[in-house]
Amino acid sequence: MAFSLDTNCGLLNHNIIGPIYCTSTIFPPDILITQFWFNYRHVANTLSVYRSVKRLGIPDSHIVLMLADDMACNYRNPKPATVFSHKNMEFNVYGDDVEVDYRGYEVTVENFLTPRSKRLLSDDRSNILIYLTGQTGNSHGGNGFLKFQDSEEISNMELADAFEQMWQKRRYNELLFIIDTCQGASMYERFYSPNLMALASSQVGEDSLSHQPDLAIGVHLMDKYTFYLLEFLEEVHPASQANMNDLVSVCAHRVSVSPGHHTDLFQRNPGSVLITDFFGSVRKVEITKDTINLTSSVKSGSGDMQIESLTYVDQLPVAEIIHQKPKQKDWHPPDGFILGLWTLILLVFFQTYGIKHLKHIF
Amino acid sequence: CCQRHPGSVDQFQEELVIRPLHSGDIYASFQFRTLWDTDFLQERQKVSHYRLFPKSLGQVLSKFSVRELHISFTQGFWRTMQWGQPFIPSPPGAELWVWFHDTVSDVDGNWKELTNVLSGIFCASLNFIDLTNTVQPSASFKPLGLGNATDHRFLRYATLPREIVCTENLTPWKKLLPCGSKAGLSVLLKSEKLFHSSFHSQAVHIRPVCQDEQCTSKAWELRQTLNVVFDLYTSGQGKKEWSLFKMFSRTLTEACPLATSSKVYVDITDNPEGELFELSPATPLLSQAVVLGDRRTYSVFDLTRAEMFGQLRSLNLLLRWKGDSGDMLRPLLHAERYVAGFGLQTGEIHTVIYNNHPYRAFPVLLMDSVPWYLQLYIHTLTVTSKSRDNKPSYIHYQPAKDRHRPHLLEMLIQLPPHSMTEVTVQFERALLKWTEYTPDPNHGFYVGSSVVSALVPSMVAMNTNFTQDQPLFSSFVPVKEESSYFVRVYTEPLLVNLPTPDFSMPYNVICLTCTVVAVGYGSFYNLLTRTFQVDEPSLPLAKRLANLIRRIRGVPLLA
Repeated sequence: MAFSLDTNCGLLNHNIIGPIYCTSTIFPPDILITQFWFNYRHVANTLSVYRSVKRLGIPDSHIVLMLADDMACNYRNPKPATVFSHKNMEFNVYGDDVEVDYRGYEVTVENFLTPRSKRLLSDDRSNILIYLTGQTGNSHGGNGFLKFQDSEEISNMELADAFEQMWQKRRYNELLFIIDTCQGASMYERFYSPNLMALASSQVGEDSLSHQPDLAIGVHLMDKYTFYLLEFLEEVHPASQANMNDLVSVCAHRVSVSPGHHTDLFQRNPGSVLITDFFGSVRKVEITKDTINLTSSVKSGSGDMQIESLTYVDQLPVAEIIHQKPKQKDWHPPDGFILGLWTLILLVFFQTYGIKHLKHIF
Repeated sequence: CCQRHPGSVDQFQEELVIRPLHSGDIYASFQFRTLWDTDFLQERQKVSHYRLFPKSLGQVLSKFSVRELHISFTQGFWRTMQWGQPFIPSPPGAELWVWFHDTVSDVDGNWKELTNVLSGIFCASLNFIDLTNTVQPSASFKPLGLGNATDHRFLRYATLPREIVCTENLTPWKKLLPCGSKAGLSVLLKSEKLFHSSFHSQAVHIRPVCQDEQCTSKAWELRQTLNVVFDLYTSGQGKKEWSLFKMFSRTLTEACPLATSSKVYVDITDNPEGELFELSPATPLLSQAVVLGDRRTYSVFDLTRAEMFGQLRSLNLLLRWKGDSGDMLRPLLHAERYVAGFGLQTGEIHTVIYNNHPYRAFPVLLMDSVPWYLQLYIHTLTVTSKSRDNKPSYIHYQPAKDRHRPHLLEMLIQLPPHSMTEVTVQFERALLKWTEYTPDPNHGFYVGSSVVSALVPSMVAMNTNFTQDQPLFSSFVPVKEESSYFVRVYTEPLLVNLPTPDFSMPYNVICLTCTVVAVGYGSFYNLLTRTFQVDEPSLPLAKRLANLIRRIRGVPLLA
């Protein structure tokens, strides 16, 4: 018996076993944009969301994870290859099978808006989740823009335009945008494309707060908003019926600042949108009872095999190297600068000494 | 479990070598080799059925017509003076060198695409490799596989000293193994322990090799190697007692079912009578191999035999030290490199190579690749041994082109016996354009390691015959003659500070200019174009009424 895996929503007239949930493909990019060791909590935020999303079924090929700095293998980390999200080092969110697509200097505005390699192949049936964490402005201040690596920034207008481009090219069906920074609500103020829902950890003029410091690692481990978001997601499983209103309300009353949400552009009622539409995916399994014949690989040209024995190359052939002739460089005609220089020299010469010397040339 | 399909043409071998080091640290070297008799480069039909060889690499080889590929990711620096020579050397950061097939017409284009594809496969930032840090060595890095022609136009070498290695690079590396990380020796590869070490290096080497002893046909060999050195104090808690569980937090439970051979070798050369350390479980199987110019004795644990695992179905090797080991034999070849000078304008690069052989001199090939922003003055290049000038027998220098090409300097130097050779060259630091600085320019800029390739005289005769049963660690570098062995030593990478501009200046200039323009020009314009009129003060109400009556009467008005 053989079976095949199909990740797109397709026809349901095959022999299937067990309950299968048909959901559209889901593509969540997780992005962290700040550098330096004291921004450890941003990495922990992003990795926690990455973990939840993977746990709920989304494969690595559908996730773009961008981390602007390396915390796990940073020399300041007392426990290398780990990133903890709870104090007393309870839970390692880095794990053993993380795949980071863009890291270090590759996290730039350009790679975020128009990635040249490692991009998501989403289409108009895909639901996209975007989670951004970092710092806006100059570390608690700044309205309407988000810092990338302390040297670049992206404004809320650019983000809105990028989403509109995606909508025009039919690259998404519905998009959920979550941002955990100070004054996060300013980032989604300018969105104008349809089917966008946005959640932010704080309103304009408010700061987003970090949650727990750890004395051994020496920095704060998580931000408050993401902490409560994750507590909520831990209770969600792939068959859960929790919807967006639950998500929005859970985070509202527990934290001290007021998170914002923007659902006007969303066509469906948020109460009818399942959390698993964005955070999880279930893949359809097709089981067949036929055998499949695999053709064995053809052995390469056994008829015309070389008869002479092959040899390895000498690793340091001293005699050959000493007598190596220098490579014959191709001759290029002289460059414009050289030509101009020679023309100038000739002109000055003939100007000083008169034109009669020309007859010596011709 | 799985039977060998009759007529299958690929095989997989795995081995682990544990070498206790004199400083109390322990060196573990994993090698996983897949040998496949096929031809990726034939045009008649594409290879489509992959069994043990990973499909992602097979497709890369055929698409880019790659003849040989060597890529390594290293965290930490190999301390030759304390640890001896590694089985497979590698420089800190990422290193990639590739030999293309001579049918390729656009080598640079293939190289660019290959680096992008590899950066996706290994989750690394290899896409930062471009023409500004790629060189074409003219004599170093000869192919390690079969072949006749060695036209160096088809070789490309690049190194990224700043590249970080972490779990996200180990994960795709483990996925290339036939057994993944589920069975065999790869269950020991847990990232929490591997990265908490003094040195960690993982590499992938693909090359064509002889299929059998007669060497009449080629086979493709994929070797995945992982070298790790655990520190006595951070991982060993100060006690000179090592076990598999202490090193990897796992024990071995079975061999990989797809492997034809799965062995663990423990180096007991320094412990012939058992007076230095005690190895348990004891095994009667001993094997001798000549590796790195020395005859070493190994205890062999063959994991394909079920009795290895005992009643608990797990194998945990334990090494307990009893005595103190003496001093280590100095390695014959050793190199160092540092930057001298002061200030942010000029400096000097010093490369020091030590030949510790008491009476034999041997040649070394030194390859230096310096980025374009350190402008080398080659007229100041000096090579001195024993305080006398030592003229290299071969020099190849390719100057840098700003923003296009780095410097490449290759020299063949004869090292006198028992001496120290110093190569110095002065340089000047360039000022980059302000957009070319990294987001953290005060960290400094890296210069890749120098590579010293040498044929070092061997103390025992090397084995030039190729046998199928040779352990993997001794068959990596092909041996051509008995009296010497080939070794490659990497120096430290350098970190230099470039003069950094003040990045707040554009903001300051804009503020100042706008203020001057607004205040200065604004007031000037007003002064020039404004006309002044005298304004009559308004009269009180009584006088205004009086003026009204006077106007009616026709009498002159009040002031």
